[in-house]
Amino acid sequence: MPDQYKLIRCTVNGREKEAMVDVRASLADLLRNDFRLTSVKKGCEVGECGACNVLIDGESFNSCIYLAVWADGKDILTLEGLEGPDGKISDIQQAFIDEAAVQCGFCTPGAIMSAVEILNEGRLLSDEEIRVRMSGHLCRCTGYENIVRAVKKTMLARLSQ
Amino acid sequence: MYDFKALYEAKSVDEAVRLRRGHPGARIIAGGSDVLIRIRNGKWAGAELISIHGIDALRGVKLEDDGTIRIGPLTSFSHLASDPVIGTHIPVLAEAANQVGSPQIRNIGTIGGNICNGSPAADTPPTLFVLDAQVELTGTEGARRVPVRDFYIRAGVVDLKPDELLTAVLVPGEAYRGYTGHYIKYAMREALDISVVSCSVNVKLTEDKKRIENVRAAFGAVGPVPLRTPGAEAAARGGETTERTVKAFASAVLGEISPWSDWRTSKAFREHIAEELAARALIRSIELGGGGIHA
Ligand SMILES: Cc1cc2nc3c(=O)[nH]c(=O)nc-3n(C[C@H](O)[C@H](O)[C@H](O)COP(=O)(O)OP(=O)(O)OC[C@H]3O[C@@H](n4cnc5c(N)ncnc54)[C@H](O)[C@@H]3O)c2cc1C
Ligand code: FES
Ligand code: FES
Repeated sequence: MPDQYKLIRCTVNGREKEAMVDVRASLADLLRNDFRLTSVKKGCEVGECGACNVLIDGESFNSCIYLAVWADGKDILTLEGLEGPDGKISDIQQAFIDEAAVQCGFCTPGAIMSAVEILNEGRLLSDEEIRVRMSGHLCRCTGYENIVRAVKKTMLARLSQ
Repeated sequence: MYDFKALYEAKSVDEAVRLRRGHPGARIIAGGSDVLIRIRNGKWAGAELISIHGIDALRGVKLEDDGTIRIGPLTSFSHLASDPVIGTHIPVLAEAANQVGSPQIRNIGTIGGNICNGSPAADTPPTLFVLDAQVELTGTEGARRVPVRDFYIRAGVVDLKPDELLTAVLVPGEAYRGYTGHYIKYAMREALDISVVSCSVNVKLTEDKKRIENVRAAFGAVGPVPLRTPGAEAAARGGETTERTVKAFASAVLGEISPWSDWRTSKAFREHIAEELAARALIRSIELGGGGIHA
């Protein structure tokens, strides 16, 4: 029987972290329980809803189906990491609020992290492309229109800067 | 917390083979998007896992000197879809990779897992079947190569020896040079849904673009494993690029598939869709090759 625990080092929201993780833990378990990053939601826990989505080395991953031990050496970004040095929320979060893309809010952190992945590419996407790129998120409240609008608005604002 | 008994992490192919020998009952985990689901739903609860996630040498795509495209089994769908070698030589495989699940699943899931999982409905196998792809399997005795068509034994079971792992997917130059192809997935939703039927076709046209020099077709979710339809291929091979050829090709498919009825849809509907997808994928492949369909 190998060790049930493993020491891992990773960067979380810009800070170096170390943790002894149970090999059976998902990254969602690690982020929520050890690091108290509760923006990471557990919806389905089988990779379908996107509520637990975080960026790993800049790419979106559903952290419920990613083993915590695999995070060793990785750079992880959760919604909490979007907070500016002045404590203010980011443009994409504000756009979600302004466009009423948040209702109950359960899907919101995950959806915003996909939006961050897209926006970081710095490309102009059509509405259709935005829909495809946001298609890994199930939202029972907003009907998606406002989510697409919030992403588009932020994309256009950033590209015109 | 997942319910598994142990996790052994391999950092190299050699180490993975050694772990395979040392833990005969253990299952390989790559991206985990099939394995972890099965642990969560209890089917594989309590299993021992050998993680190959950390073997970076098994990621990425290379064009070899003889024109063979070597795809590392840990290459994710999104990396496959954006890879320049794939985009230039076999864009249809990028098209197939882009049909998988959702953006996050395309970052998590690997092409090796898609094959070794053995699902008849997986998105990349039909295209690998028409590209005459080979799989490289490495074990104690070294590496062997098998056509991906022969790798599938029955639903959920592939020809992987107890000490082996998949270490490459190889697409030979003669299988893609001069060919254009198209993949269509028919599902009830546009994202996060499994195929009702899927179809991949590729063609090589004659120089004047008026005839089909060669054609290959494969289907997903119409039998226990993905399958080629040699009869339909023969019906269109050498034929003119006409509606008649397309029709002969598509209707021949019906004699070679064995779809089923389930909660998703009926056998009759699957047959209807398979025939329609065959026609559409052939027409599109001909168009991509610079040809057109004549009356
Ligand atoms: C929400 C969701 C949606 C999905 N949608 C789709 C879809 O639309 N289309 C689709 O095709 N699939 C879909 N899948 C299934 C899955 O994502 C794919 O089959 C994926 O390719 C699996 O790759 P993986 O690396 O995650 O596999 P894993 O779960 O790690 O492994 C899958 C199987 O392959 C074996 N294996 C993996 N790599 C190797 C190797 N190198 N050598 C030997 N054996 C190996 C494992 O032992 C296991 O049996 C979906 C999954 C989820 C959770
Ligand atoms: S909780 Fe991870 S995808 Fe639903
Ligand atoms: S806002 Fe409620 S699920 Fe999306």
